[in-house]
Amino acid sequence: MSRQPSSWIPVCIGLIPNLFNILTFRASVITFLVSVGLILVGLAVGQRVDMLPLQASVNAPVYDELFQVLFSIGTMLFLGICGMLVYSLVRFRRPAGDLGDGAAIEGNLPLEIVWTAIPAVVVLFVGLYSYNIYERMGGMAPLADHSVMHAMPASDPGSGDRVWGGISTVSGESADLTVDVTALQFAFIFHYPDGNITTGELHVPEGERVELRMKANDVIHAFWVPQFRIKQDIIPGQPTVLTFTANRPGTYPIICAELCGPYHGGMRTSVVVHDRGAFDQWLTKNTPPVA
Amino acid sequence: MESTTELPSSLIPNHGSWLRYLSFSLDHKVVGIQYMVTGFLFYLVGGVLAGMIRTELATPISDYLSREVYNEVLTMHGTIMIFLWIVPVVNGAFGNYLIPFYVGARDMAFPRLNAVAFWMIPPAGLLLIASFFIGGASQSGWTAYPPLSLRTPALGQLIWIFSVLLLGGSSILGGINFIVTILKLRRPGLKMMQLPMYCWAMLGTSILVVLSTPVLAGTLVMLAFDIVAHTGFFNPTIGGNAVVYQHLFWFYSHPAVYIMVLPAFGLVSEILPVHARKPLFGYTTMVYSILAIVFLGLIVWAHHMFTSGTPPWMRLFFTIATSFIAVPTGIKFFNWLATLWGGKIALNSTILFACAFIVNFVLGGITGVALAQVPFDIHVHDTYFVVAHFHYIVYGGTVFIIFSAIYHWYPKFTGRMLNEPLGMLHFVLTFVGFNLCFGPQHWLGMNGMPRRVSEYDPQFTLMNQVSSVGALLMALSTLPFLINVFHSAWRGRVAGDNPWRALTPEWLTSSPPPVENWAGAAPHVEHPYGYGLVETTP
Repeated sequence: MSRQPSSWIPVCIGLIPNLFNILTFRASVITFLVSVGLILVGLAVGQRVDMLPLQASVNAPVYDELFQVLFSIGTMLFLGICGMLVYSLVRFRRPAGDLGDGAAIEGNLPLEIVWTAIPAVVVLFVGLYSYNIYERMGGMAPLADHSVMHAMPASDPGSGDRVWGGISTVSGESADLTVDVTALQFAFIFHYPDGNITTGELHVPEGERVELRMKANDVIHAFWVPQFRIKQDIIPGQPTVLTFTANRPGTYPIICAELCGPYHGGMRTSVVVHDRGAFDQWLTKNTPPVA
Repeated sequence: MESTTELPSSLIPNHGSWLRYLSFSLDHKVVGIQYMVTGFLFYLVGGVLAGMIRTELATPISDYLSREVYNEVLTMHGTIMIFLWIVPVVNGAFGNYLIPFYVGARDMAFPRLNAVAFWMIPPAGLLLIASFFIGGASQSGWTAYPPLSLRTPALGQLIWIFSVLLLGGSSILGGINFIVTILKLRRPGLKMMQLPMYCWAMLGTSILVVLSTPVLAGTLVMLAFDIVAHTGFFNPTIGGNAVVYQHLFWFYSHPAVYIMVLPAFGLVSEILPVHARKPLFGYTTMVYSILAIVFLGLIVWAHHMFTSGTPPWMRLFFTIATSFIAVPTGIKFFNWLATLWGGKIALNSTILFACAFIVNFVLGGITGVALAQVPFDIHVHDTYFVVAHFHYIVYGGTVFIIFSAIYHWYPKFTGRMLNEPLGMLHFVLTFVGFNLCFGPQHWLGMNGMPRRVSEYDPQFTLMNQVSSVGALLMALSTLPFLINVFHSAWRGRVAGDNPWRALTPEWLTSSPPPVENWAGAAPHVEHPYGYGLVETTP
């Protein structure tokens, strides 16, 4: 209950049919027990599922929490529906030579109301929950704080007149590090305005808020770091801001996720997350001497 | 229509000869078979292209096709499978064959328009395939997003646009014909709420076709102008906007998913009651859920653009609208399960493909609801997770139902039964191959493999090879099917008029049916699903 607030839904589902006198008491008890079994299996599977890459940003655990909940609900529904299907195929298999018909039941309104309500409740819950996740990821921030939106164009090096907010971890605060990103066929180019460094590999400090000011030169590209659980299209003519906070030192892939031409599959580079000291070293080492 | 139906069959050109299938026939049954065979030939072409993609992806480096050709292949695979196989077959083939029977008519409302609509397809398809050999096919994916589509070789892109316009035009003509036939050609006294469910599915689908396909047509004409005349509608460097294209494109192309899936919902609603010997459960709610899907299907398109330039509030609106499609869809699935419950189910190829459809589609639906959630989508958008989801809906859903429907209606089309053991082999190979091919792709996408790539990180090699083996099984599965279809056409067991003891009107005539559909008057079918309620003759 504490971790998975969805767990009460199937419990109710088991009891509803008896409340509406749709099923006999015995069938209702069986439905209830099967539902409880499904919840337990769903929750157990959801807690143990390990299908996502390493978590390397503050976004990642939030994302994975949503994934676990969706996976739990999905497991319950999938096992429930497929179980009922397979049970029907075995239990109601036609004996050879039987030319009779099944029970002539054309419908059952209360039952249909129940299974309209089930997906409606599940979907409503999932929607509210994912809104909550989206807010925790900072997805709604540009809407809440218009000043951020309007403040950006002036300092934007892409000289675009609009800036489109990407998803961010914490919005409304100023970033600790700003990097200009240019995407072109078939590379990402990173420019650090502070140190006047231009590089093909992104280097960021651990635990600090990084703001990417992204623009595309030719076609649409997308910036994706699976370990950060973030992705944002970079569209020509629409400078875009994407912020994230990496929290685990290491080297992770940056992948272009939008078909951008023949070498789309090769449009990959790395992001290196350093601890603060190592990042400062990298910065001083790579800053070109002032002429 | 009157003139053809009044003629004795001997006076109808090529009647009874296979040549009628190559003619400008006005018989809806001939047109239906024309759609089906043409669609299947294009399915084989699209399948070869899919095989080329899976061969390239069997190794992490780009070594089998040149990168340009790989992009041509993936573009053509998507375009052919959608516009030349699934849409024409699930709408045109079964729609033309069945709808006149179901409404009690002797042909479609506009037989000539019908023939025109069909005969637009072969030239459009051949032109599309020919573009491979004249300067190279389109390389910008079936979505043809600008500015990429403005920068790839222009000839291939223009041929692609022209073909899709022709195919879209054919689809609109077909849609108008279905709407008019269902609304105006019903046998006197046949009420809308007595129609078999496939009619409702086709009515809903045709409404989507007529409302959304013109938007795609307009968009593609603008794209062609951008390429030919440098108008710059979608070209940001000269003042256009690339995101507007995405909105217009998906305003058609999301409903297109329902154009591919709703008719399959209709077909499975015909198939399950017959083979489970039970009435279709919850007819009325099934009808309303189709209408709800049609309405919701029109207001969800921007969920394809969550990582694009979309304001947050719009992302939320489209999340909610998309999630709610799960409600009417869920109703349909529960009703199908209730139709099977307590029935007398014949475990034949038809029912196995139909039940596998339920399994595959439920999985695709669950990943669909997950993908509708903005925060979930952001990580997996444009990855193999989406490829897997889409194929679970369109192959695991619709194509499985096309096969189920072929096993079900083949006796009506030809007068002979398909061979059951070969059908079972076909089913097992398809089901195992399909899940091996697309199951692992969920994992690939979540772990960092983007879609539409010809090379990938070597850590993904194993899962890609599993997927390629699955694709090989799917390719092999067409062999028993083809052998079965050809062998049974001549040597199959004679089916008789109504081998399934079904109640819908197409079975209440000879197999194959006469040109006029019934020897006498159209039968009065008030309970198309009245199993256990009305007498069925063995």
